[in-house]
Amino acid sequence: MYNTGNLVKEMVERHGRNRDSLMPILQDIVGRHNYLTDEAMVEVAKELDISAAEVYGTASFYSFLDTEPRGRYVIRVCKTITCSMKGKNDILGAIEDLLKIKLGETTLDNQFSLLETNCIGWCHKAPAILINDMPYTELTPEKVLDVIKGYMNK
Amino acid sequence: MENRGLIKVDLIFETIDSGKVLSKAFRMSNDEIIKEILDSGLRGRGGAGFPTGMKWKFTAAEKDQEKYIVCNADEGEPGTFKDREILDRVAYKVFGGMAIAGKAIGSKKGYVYLRGEYRFLLPQLYTELDKFHKLIKEIGYDFSIEFRMGSGAYICGEESALFESIEGFRGEPRNKPPYPTTCGVFNKPTSINNVETLVTAMMIIEKSAAEYVKLGTQDSRGSKVFSISGDTPTPGIFELELGMTVGEFVAEFGDGDTKAVQVGGASGFCVPRKKFDETIIGFEGVPTGGSMKLFNSSRSMYNVLHNYLDFFTEESCGQCTPCRVGCQQLLLGIEKVKKGEMKSVYLNELVKLADTMKVASKCGLGQSVGNAFKSIVENFREEIIY
Amino acid sequence: MINLKINDQHVNVPEGTTVLNAAKELGINIPTLCNHKDLCVAGNCRVCVVEQKGARTLIAACAMPASEGMEIYTNSLKVRNARKHIVELLLSEHKSDCTKCYKNQKCELQRLANEYSFGEEVFLDLTEEVKYKIDRSSPSFIKDDSKCIRCQRCVRTCSQLQQVSAIAVANKGSHQKISSFHDRPMSHVVCTNCGQCVNRCPTGALVEKTYIDLVWDAIYDSDKHVVVQTAPAVRVALGEDLGYDPGERVTGKMVTALKQLGFDSVLDTDFTADLTIMEEGTELLTRLKKALVDGDKEISLPMFTSCSPGWIKFIEHKYPKLLNNLSTCKSPQQMFGALSKTYFAQKRNIDPSKIVSVSIMPCTAKKYEADRPEMRSSGYKDVDYVLTTRELAVMVKQAGIDFRNLEETKYDSVMGDSTGAAVIFGATGGVMEAALRTAYEIVTGREVPFKNLNIAPVRGMDGVKEATVKIEGTTEDWNFLEGAELKVAIAHGLVNANKIARAVAEGKASYHFIEIMACPGGCIGGGGQPIPTNMEIRQKRMEAIYSEDENLPLRKSHENPEVIAIYNDFLTKPNSHKSHELLHTHYVERESY
Repeated sequence: MYNTGNLVKEMVERHGRNRDSLMPILQDIVGRHNYLTDEAMVEVAKELDISAAEVYGTASFYSFLDTEPRGRYVIRVCKTITCSMKGKNDILGAIEDLLKIKLGETTLDNQFSLLETNCIGWCHKAPAILINDMPYTELTPEKVLDVIKGYMNK
Repeated sequence: MENRGLIKVDLIFETIDSGKVLSKAFRMSNDEIIKEILDSGLRGRGGAGFPTGMKWKFTAAEKDQEKYIVCNADEGEPGTFKDREILDRVAYKVFGGMAIAGKAIGSKKGYVYLRGEYRFLLPQLYTELDKFHKLIKEIGYDFSIEFRMGSGAYICGEESALFESIEGFRGEPRNKPPYPTTCGVFNKPTSINNVETLVTAMMIIEKSAAEYVKLGTQDSRGSKVFSISGDTPTPGIFELELGMTVGEFVAEFGDGDTKAVQVGGASGFCVPRKKFDETIIGFEGVPTGGSMKLFNSSRSMYNVLHNYLDFFTEESCGQCTPCRVGCQQLLLGIEKVKKGEMKSVYLNELVKLADTMKVASKCGLGQSVGNAFKSIVENFREEIIY
Repeated sequence: MINLKINDQHVNVPEGTTVLNAAKELGINIPTLCNHKDLCVAGNCRVCVVEQKGARTLIAACAMPASEGMEIYTNSLKVRNARKHIVELLLSEHKSDCTKCYKNQKCELQRLANEYSFGEEVFLDLTEEVKYKIDRSSPSFIKDDSKCIRCQRCVRTCSQLQQVSAIAVANKGSHQKISSFHDRPMSHVVCTNCGQCVNRCPTGALVEKTYIDLVWDAIYDSDKHVVVQTAPAVRVALGEDLGYDPGERVTGKMVTALKQLGFDSVLDTDFTADLTIMEEGTELLTRLKKALVDGDKEISLPMFTSCSPGWIKFIEHKYPKLLNNLSTCKSPQQMFGALSKTYFAQKRNIDPSKIVSVSIMPCTAKKYEADRPEMRSSGYKDVDYVLTTRELAVMVKQAGIDFRNLEETKYDSVMGDSTGAAVIFGATGGVMEAALRTAYEIVTGREVPFKNLNIAPVRGMDGVKEATVKIEGTTEDWNFLEGAELKVAIAHGLVNANKIARAVAEGKASYHFIEIMACPGGCIGGGGQPIPTNMEIRQKRMEAIYSEDENLPLRKSHENPEVIAIYNDFLTKPNSHKSHELLHTHYVERESY
């Protein structure tokens, strides 16, 4: 859990208080903390004068606007057809073994969360994953371990 | 039917003098621009293929002072990645196309709705956008562009869902009519065009419609960027003239063992080997937003269909019954048939259901789930059952 | 005008008319589900799809405007097949335990299923695949997601009519659902329990929490004296659930039915409605005096009415800074409850611990109100059970009463007398009108200067109504009000209440007294009223309320003989110490989500 502090106020200053400010605000909060706390959503609702249920309803529509706690690095493994054909399960297994978590879980040190996602637009270089915003492509189980180890040392 | 054969071209990624093309466009009247685009026969490159000139013409005809041009960069169709490549390599042509469209319809403001999966491109796109804004200012034209981001929702590629998303709501498609050209983003007349369409429009202004119509066929003018993946030795981005057969395509890109090609992504059609030679890639045959996925004989078409249905079950916005429940029924249905828990004749019921989804769903997503479902079930029935 | 053809018949309709309504002109019925007269078009359920000649797909009749030359077929093979599939799909995601369902025989999905008379299930039962949540946390209603068919009527109700949005659509695809803020229990969110969603839910996904069986238990317990009170709006709507047309008054028959059901004393909330006028009117005049004469800066004006528990919870969540502007008066229901176990018990010489106090309300929020911890000033739970109008109709049917042929009888006494002023509490503007009838007379000694006592400016269905009453010829005690203009406002439906509350909060309103009812139309349109409730039906019930008023011999609260008696015998005077103990309350600030 992160502390909301002045975060929402800062985002509102940047993006405004209109309904169309909602997505940029939520996206920026997620950009910084990888997920939305209830506290943050309630505060956004107050600032924008909309109901908290609507903020939650909107956020939960978008798979990248997580409302469950996530780690510092969110790994999203593409599960759509080409990545599936080209060894997605091996990649997933390698990550699970390395981080000792299962799909959907977050490491105890809150560093990594492991999720699946739909097509991320790298079918010609499958299998591919996203770590936060960054794509990694043409992965092998060995290669993905190197990538993640790189993040471990960050 | 015309058959042009497979011809590679290089127009979309070709370097052009943006300032020169824009200056030329801004000297033209909006009617002249629209006429040029109409004459070119350009149809939307996102997949639906609505004539771009018509879209601009309708939006231009609206009286409202405030109008928008929206670039649909929510490229989410499985197997499509050409818009990412275009934005990565020639973003200035996307912006240029938007400015020309803006001039044509009478809009001073554009939005690029970029899918969240491509957020990593944003820093370089902002650099390009700054350059573009400077250029526009130099030319002395009033037009600006803003980026809006998606956050992982395939349905936001549907135009009215995209507007909802820009406006800060759940990306749920609207009832139509009204259409975007009269009531689009922020309820203002809006022309929403795919990334590649805008680049192509700029190219047409540069080269003229007369040049452009030399490419492609009567129904499918010009060339198109294809995203090629799956079982192919040469996956990647290729610009090809429209009007080739799937057979010619497979001869070029297949691995010698291609048993099916999925044209147009999960919402497109599966073409089996026996129909390769009779099927033209284009609006007269199988239309595509560019996604071409090849499957060789080692692949289970059950797995392919299952993957697609799983995708739609998750990515349906969920508001209308045929799509929300229909996707779940198709998915669960093929699982039960595969496991032997349902008889194989149940597939016939599911095909009928797919037909209902096609005619009764609220938007293009639900309406096109049946494409893949029917073409796979009809051509690979035994793979689904056993 | 637009010219189109439906099923080969010509029809002319004004521009903007939907295909659905154009078909109605021809007497052609197109089934609907997500559509509701009170709400904006959704076009979600697709049950109303019809065929348009030349169109690639079917079209949703509710969402499609008629256009010139259109040719529509509402019953073609294509339409029938699709519609049948759509209903089958809805059934596959709906837990169809119909015989056990509270909405059995009142369910719109069941009705559709019936029309298409399905035999065997075509599709797989999806409810087995999902773990649904049944939220029983609210004392007012139950939210059962396994019955939900995602028509979103409830969500549109909560946002468009009430501007509360305690529920919204969450997630997407197969996980899409109607959810409170992050799935919190309904008792722990901004929900006002108004029940407007319950009134509009086509299935059993949102139903009132019923206390029918507990009431039967009390009735059959010979040790208990069961007192029942009936709210003003019940008598003009109950008939709808018992085969009458909207707008038919069934007061006398209802009283007889309650007696036949076995209630020991059949009394009237209208009695405490009259009492509310005395208490609230006095409170207002006192506030005005303190503010205007004594210059007391602590006095909060304007004063809001406090009869509507949905409104109370709304303001507690959304405008906690305005809580001092609320009248401290309890609602008539709760005044009645407190008095039933004190004054009534004394008068009738009954041990209050043996009294079970039941109320029949047009409202689901009243169930919640009765459960509030503040509502125990008699030393007991002041109101034990609250039943809605709908639940009373169920009891009447359970008891096998031939309602239509009942004799009309009068309420028991004490606490059964009332005036027309109390009856009109049931319609928006009614409390205001009743208050003005009494307050004006207290201050001037004369009747309120409106023809036949009917204060037209505060009546009607406008969302926000305003009126100014000039006070002239005051009596000596009230001459500080001489020449003053009393500014009043009335809002019904929380979307309108919110407009006024916001204006007050921002200091932009110059009113003295504001009546607010949470539900559109006031209590006649309450969440506990017969289904369907819509504008047309609310209008009819409202007309019935005003005709009930006009037909009563007494039409001013202060003339109610039982009210005069209770002050003489028990309360001494309005806003007395005793009144405050039993008839007034306080409010609490609540969370914003």
